[in-house]
Amino acid sequence: MNSGDGGIPAVLGRDGLDRLLEAIKRRGFRLVGPRLGGDGAICYGDISSAADLPAGWTDEQDAATYRLRRRDDQALFGYNVGPQSWKKYLFPAVARLGSAEAPAQRFAFIGVRACELHAIAIQDRVFVGGRHADPGYAANREGAFIVAVNCGQAARTCFCVSMSAGPRAERGFDLALTELLDGGHRFLVETGTPRGAEVLAEAGAAPAAAGDVAAADAVVARTAAAMGRSMPELDLKDLLYDNLEHPRWDDVAGRCLACGNCTMVCPTCFCFSVEEVTDLAGPGGQRRRSWDSCFTLDHSWLHGGPVRTSNRSRYRQWLTHKLATWHDQFGTSGCVGCGRCITWCPVGIDITEEVAAIAADT
Amino acid sequence: MRPLAEAAAQRPWTESPPWRVTAARRESHEVVTLELEPPGPFGFRPGQFNMLRAPGIGEVPISISGDPSSPGPVLHTIRDVGAVSHALCAARPGDQIGVRGPYGTSWPVERAEGSDVVVIAGGIGLPPLRPAIYHVLTHRGSFGRLVLLYGARTPSDLLFTGELAAWRSMADVGVTVDAAGPGWTGNVGVVPDLVARARFDPRNSVAFTVGPEIMMRFTVRALLAAGVPEDRVFLSMERNMQCAAALCGHCQLGPFLICRDGPVLCYRPLARWLGVREL
Amino acid sequence: MPQTLEPVLRRHEFFAGMDPAYLELITGCARNVVFRDGTFLFREGDPAETFYLVREGAVALEITAPGRVATVQTLGAGEMVGFSWLMGPHRWHFDGRAVGRVRALEMDGACLRARCDADPRLGFDLMQRFALLASRRLQAARLQILDVYGHAPAG
Repeated sequence: MNSGDGGIPAVLGRDGLDRLLEAIKRRGFRLVGPRLGGDGAICYGDISSAADLPAGWTDEQDAATYRLRRRDDQALFGYNVGPQSWKKYLFPAVARLGSAEAPAQRFAFIGVRACELHAIAIQDRVFVGGRHADPGYAANREGAFIVAVNCGQAARTCFCVSMSAGPRAERGFDLALTELLDGGHRFLVETGTPRGAEVLAEAGAAPAAAGDVAAADAVVARTAAAMGRSMPELDLKDLLYDNLEHPRWDDVAGRCLACGNCTMVCPTCFCFSVEEVTDLAGPGGQRRRSWDSCFTLDHSWLHGGPVRTSNRSRYRQWLTHKLATWHDQFGTSGCVGCGRCITWCPVGIDITEEVAAIAADT
Repeated sequence: MRPLAEAAAQRPWTESPPWRVTAARRESHEVVTLELEPPGPFGFRPGQFNMLRAPGIGEVPISISGDPSSPGPVLHTIRDVGAVSHALCAARPGDQIGVRGPYGTSWPVERAEGSDVVVIAGGIGLPPLRPAIYHVLTHRGSFGRLVLLYGARTPSDLLFTGELAAWRSMADVGVTVDAAGPGWTGNVGVVPDLVARARFDPRNSVAFTVGPEIMMRFTVRALLAAGVPEDRVFLSMERNMQCAAALCGHCQLGPFLICRDGPVLCYRPLARWLGVREL
Repeated sequence: MPQTLEPVLRRHEFFAGMDPAYLELITGCARNVVFRDGTFLFREGDPAETFYLVREGAVALEITAPGRVATVQTLGAGEMVGFSWLMGPHRWHFDGRAVGRVRALEMDGACLRARCDADPRLGFDLMQRFALLASRRLQAARLQILDVYGHAPAG
């Protein structure tokens, strides 16, 4: 069993989880986690206890499909990822810049999946890992408390295994939970940091039995074997660099609506635009940054027009950035295999399929 | 100058302290040079740019066009093509402009020591090259020949004509226009064609070029045909730029972030990306 | 008896009046090609080892820059596309794109150069044809630059 700080795993019951969340709240953190949304999806929002989690719910996902379904148990984390990601808090969709910036918040993210830990690390590299750090992101990220969850199921759109980004949470968390349902509803807890250990101790966790550890391992192994899709095991950078004029781009351009859903749900997409916000009260202005998408015509605006005018060029930009040029720009892939882009694409474009099609015909 | 340039760049990218306009000089019907006074010590390398902000309107990247070794106001040459540049071109002495920078890579003038330096500018491409020209002239003994080839659409579009005349005594200067009326007795033709007629040692030259992308592609072709190696040719590239801090994702040109890996890029790694449609 | 392309070459404007013996020599360097509307015959920067004699349709010479695709010339039936096979560095300077379905004779540059090396008189004949074409295209390009329809006072 992998344990972030080498400590012995512990076990918490359902009540213990509430005590854990209380202990975190006592430290002044704002708890956010998955909640049932009124619009039929599990989204991230403020939670005050484990009772706010979507107990007994699961999601069925496929290309262009997301449905919530009832489970026949009361699992608190029995679903995969929804349309939102933690960038909602770390990199809010709209934010004032400079002196008008909102004060930083101390977030505790409850229920962060392995793919999301990787995505946060990828955005860390972009926003605070270069020569110029972004003060807004840094402030929200600093000290964020992370309670990760090892997935107990895989959606048909999941492919984290082929992107080496899951399903086991390996690093970047204060605590990591694996939900166990057989033989009593409980959670195996691994600690990742000293403050994670402190909070866990306050929650009154007991040391895990060997059987609990084995059960948790089995849950993760079962999830890893149940991936719905996989990204072809190739050097994606070379493949895409060598195929910028492949006919498949025309094919996908005939389907892509350039709606930008993929960029909104993707946990690593980071493009933002900077706008001046003027005030009737006086001269000068404030600046604001808001999420942008490379699917907009404005994104590549230069000398009075877009550089990427066609759908084809904008889709190619998105996919080659995500899977290829990101390596040269930031030293990693931009994709964590969470599958959101496949689920939330209204026409069901599947990036694993697009890559396979290009690879098959070179 | 480097430590100052780095210190200034460490200020958060979200802040644009006001600099005072000390002079505004019209260079042509659509180009103005603003002299801006920094509030503190400021240094830059030739080829770098600042982000200039017209509050309430927006912010644009503008090449620094003055002498990197001279103290005092910092020169920025701006072409009036949109709302922000229009506001900047209308600025008067005493006005405040928000400035942050310097950003970006610079012309590799140190690596060029001991070589001939061939500078090829098209249109508004001359301002970002002028600091490199100044550098070579200031350290004249460290370089071989200095060749300056410059072209614009018509004679009225030529910038810095007084300096061009002065430079003729210190460098091989070739000037051309695409089209002209009877008053023009100079060269008429495209800039890349000047390369074949220029005298420099292609086996020991470094070439710097800025201009419209098509002009740069043809210029590079002429340089390579003359025998200049691919890794001794440098271009300054442009894309939509908003944060200048490698955060916002707009200035991508394939694997390059123009604000971080450019704007000055070596031709060799860039070659496979140049001319890819809609990249 | 397989039909050769010799009659096709003979009828093409570019080879008008060429000595039949030379035509026969270079027929071996020709082959029929077809391009669908909108496809590229060649891209800027690609190795240029061929030139094309257009039989049907047209080839648009295009050049691109950010936000811009410009067609600098179109070459239709009876015309010739491609000078770069003749002189180094043998790279296409423009993109060539099929306008409508293009049927053409693709001439193998290396094959032709070898034939010209073997018989310099053939080489001289070809050079004259290319030189004439280049001169005509240069004049046309100059006319295009003059922007005679939208002329504003220059300089």
